[in-house]
Amino acid sequence: MSRSPYLSSAPSVSIIMVKVMLALVPAIAAYVWVFGAGILVMLALASVTALAAEALMLKLRNRPIKPFLMDGSALLTAWLLALSLPPLAPWWLVVVGTFFAIVIAKQLYGGLGYNPFNPAMVGYAVLLISFPVIMTHWPAPLELAQAKLSLANQLQYIFGTTNGLSLDAVSMATPLDYLKTQLTLHHSVQEITAAPQFGLLGAKGGELVVGAYLLGGLYLLQQRLITWHLPTAFLSVLALMAGAFYLVDATHYAHPLFHLFTGASMLGAFFIITDPVSGPTTPKGKLVFAAGIAVLTYLIRVYGGYPDGVAFSVLLMNMCVPLIDAWTQPRVFGHKK
Amino acid sequence: MNALINIVKQGLGLGSVAVNGGVHPPEHKQESTTQAIGQLPLPKRLVLPLRQHVGNLPKVLVAVGDKVLKGQLLAEAEGNISAAIHAPTSGTIAAIEDALIPHPSGLPDRCITIAVDGKDEWIALAPSDWRKEDKTKLLESLRNSGIVGLGGAAFPTQVKLRTNAKSHVDTLVINAAECEPYITCDDMLMRERADQILKGVEIAQYLLGAKECLIGIEDNKPEAAEAMRLACAISPLSKLVTLKVVVVPTQYPSGDARQLIRLLTGIEVPADKRSTDVGLQCFNVATVLALHRYFDFGEPALSRIVTITGNVKTPANFEVLFGTPITDLVKAGGGALEDTNDYIMGGPMMGFSLPSVDVPITKAANCIIASAPNLFAPAPPAMPCIRCARCADVCPVSLQPQELYWFSKSSNLEKARDYNLFDCIECGCCTYACPSNIPLVQYYRFAKSEIIAQDRAKEAADLARERNEFRLMRIEREKQERAEKHAQKAVGAKAEAAKTESAPATEASDDASIAAKKAAIAAAIERAKVQKAAAVPQNVADAKPAVQAEIAEIDARREAAKQAVSELAGDNTPSTQDKK
Repeated sequence: MSRSPYLSSAPSVSIIMVKVMLALVPAIAAYVWVFGAGILVMLALASVTALAAEALMLKLRNRPIKPFLMDGSALLTAWLLALSLPPLAPWWLVVVGTFFAIVIAKQLYGGLGYNPFNPAMVGYAVLLISFPVIMTHWPAPLELAQAKLSLANQLQYIFGTTNGLSLDAVSMATPLDYLKTQLTLHHSVQEITAAPQFGLLGAKGGELVVGAYLLGGLYLLQQRLITWHLPTAFLSVLALMAGAFYLVDATHYAHPLFHLFTGASMLGAFFIITDPVSGPTTPKGKLVFAAGIAVLTYLIRVYGGYPDGVAFSVLLMNMCVPLIDAWTQPRVFGHKK
Repeated sequence: MNALINIVKQGLGLGSVAVNGGVHPPEHKQESTTQAIGQLPLPKRLVLPLRQHVGNLPKVLVAVGDKVLKGQLLAEAEGNISAAIHAPTSGTIAAIEDALIPHPSGLPDRCITIAVDGKDEWIALAPSDWRKEDKTKLLESLRNSGIVGLGGAAFPTQVKLRTNAKSHVDTLVINAAECEPYITCDDMLMRERADQILKGVEIAQYLLGAKECLIGIEDNKPEAAEAMRLACAISPLSKLVTLKVVVVPTQYPSGDARQLIRLLTGIEVPADKRSTDVGLQCFNVATVLALHRYFDFGEPALSRIVTITGNVKTPANFEVLFGTPITDLVKAGGGALEDTNDYIMGGPMMGFSLPSVDVPITKAANCIIASAPNLFAPAPPAMPCIRCARCADVCPVSLQPQELYWFSKSSNLEKARDYNLFDCIECGCCTYACPSNIPLVQYYRFAKSEIIAQDRAKEAADLARERNEFRLMRIEREKQERAEKHAQKAVGAKAEAAKTESAPATEASDDASIAAKKAAIAAAIERAKVQKAAAVPQNVADAKPAVQAEIAEIDARREAAKQAVSELAGDNTPSTQDKK
């Protein structure tokens, strides 16, 4: 009898997902501008794989297919994964990563709403561990590339139809990677960042993409699809951490702004760590979670074996979510703490 | 201190103290505020449910066939928390029976039906000069005023006006927030009868001894706020105590008593206490007006203002006698439009669908909304929770609805209780904000009722266990007592025996009785033997002579054997007797 409230204001889950994808569009445009249209092919590949894997799993699990395909969550996971990969990668890499993300990290845990780990980051981590060489070789931005790559060239590379095109000819180490290897060779940060792949703040060309992520993130905030807690805590703690090290020794530790504008910092701050399903729900918990990711990311970047650490940090902090939520319960009205 | 913080905050332009959460659903209040409060024609019948309030059922004082006058007491308050029922107009008691009432359960309950005679004839009214009367006497008379909280909670008002040494009230809060969409009965009441409301405030202030009266109104009712301000300015009360109209931002659910108290005073009433424990009491505007009518005119609670809105031709407010069928009200609102498929009592956030449109208006009925699919679309199928925490963001009591949902769904009731399920005020903000369309409030209602049922079952089990333990203890005790008694008796008997040894007369009579018993037993054995011999086995009756002879031979042998056995037994008898 009593089904109140009779009113509802919320956008549906599908609308939320669509808006998040909309917020990714500027970054995708920047990708095309900087690295060429190959990223669009990668996005399409990931999308098709994600939808097919999702449909297959829903069928196997005897769940209604249409409402869950339409919720857009699989598509968003596919996009986030594709945008985390090098913008030019063999097709099977995209397919394997997406398949793993959807089937293992999402559906086997119970599908939408039940995955304890960020599916895109699970897919990314699996690929990084399994194929470290491909995963750490990014194509050079078009303006720096020795051989200009046409779309045909990019397609050939993605689908592996020519053997003549070598990875080394078109790729170069990412700034984070370069910084790490050069530091071990006892160069100072100032010498290293003089290399051509470094731009004003982060990576040459990559900065533009990072700026586009920031723009999309602000749109998410304006639309109240995310709260300020996660991006603010993540970016500020990362900057504080990098700043402290930078102040102690500027020749061995990069400028805080460099850490904010390279790697997956900005993508992570607004699009990855804000995944609601695998993250904490309390306001304080969000601060703790994001700060933890920032600290781990910095430590992995500086002391770890991989150039960037966002994916691993997110997965590690995902494990702490139940604990964080339990510890950060807000004070209930009329209760003492 | 809190008042000071408030002043500082208001000085800084922060307005009142912001509360956590809350939502802003479309208000839809203009529709029903275009006309003055109307009067309904007298209905033919009034059906008065006995349970129109929180607390005990009142005791019925009339019988079927009785003539009653307007204002006559039909049922008196029973016990501490209860409210009386009066005849809203004159007529005859037509029935006292179970009938459908406006309740979400859709179950019938006891009702008094009055066949209205149309004369609307009053009883002799007894107004009181309350300023000169003793407070305890006034409160005693209030017991049978029938006044309950008219904001929707329907808690007997006399209980809330009682004060004692433990709970003294400094601040009287008048709730005029009316935060639910669609409802405008308090708004219209304030616009038209602000002076009468203030007279009611005077009475409440007098009874409670409050030093401050704050009237909280949401800023979407400027006309009402203005009318109240004017009434305050000319009220004699303004010379006695601080009397203020406080306009608060429009936000659902600011009209919740504890939320409003927080907004107006900055005081957060502790969850495990009543507001009176921290010197506050809160009444709805219509409730204090009812106090004025009762004390100044002697009129008990007979009617209220009800909003009829939604899918009707001319949404408006009407003064409606309790017991009036809702169909009459709908008619007065110009009738329901064609696609009306449901009627909601209360607002769209906390109201409920009526089991039928024929049920009567009760004291809690502030608003009737004719509902249609285009007005309130049926909720789309629920999707899984994505933990977006929008529900937590809008929860006015800072609960974690997503966790409570998880625990309720998995029947992890202990956990739900740990996460303060019982602090949930069921305002519906969480459901309103849920992108997955999960009916969260329903889950909480279910979990609450389950926990209450479990607690009751546990209490019953505890009681049963205690009883059983007591029973076992009692049995044990009785056994011991018996044993003791026996022991005492045995001691006593021995002493007796020692005393009576030299009394052969009794012994002789004992022997005689034993002999008589033995004779009786012997006679019985004899009878049995005769019966046994007489009973010839049926299956051998028509056997051949040779077989007959054989049987006779066997019988003889058996008899001989028996003889031998009994002789042996006879030999043994003395030894068994020795053992004895």
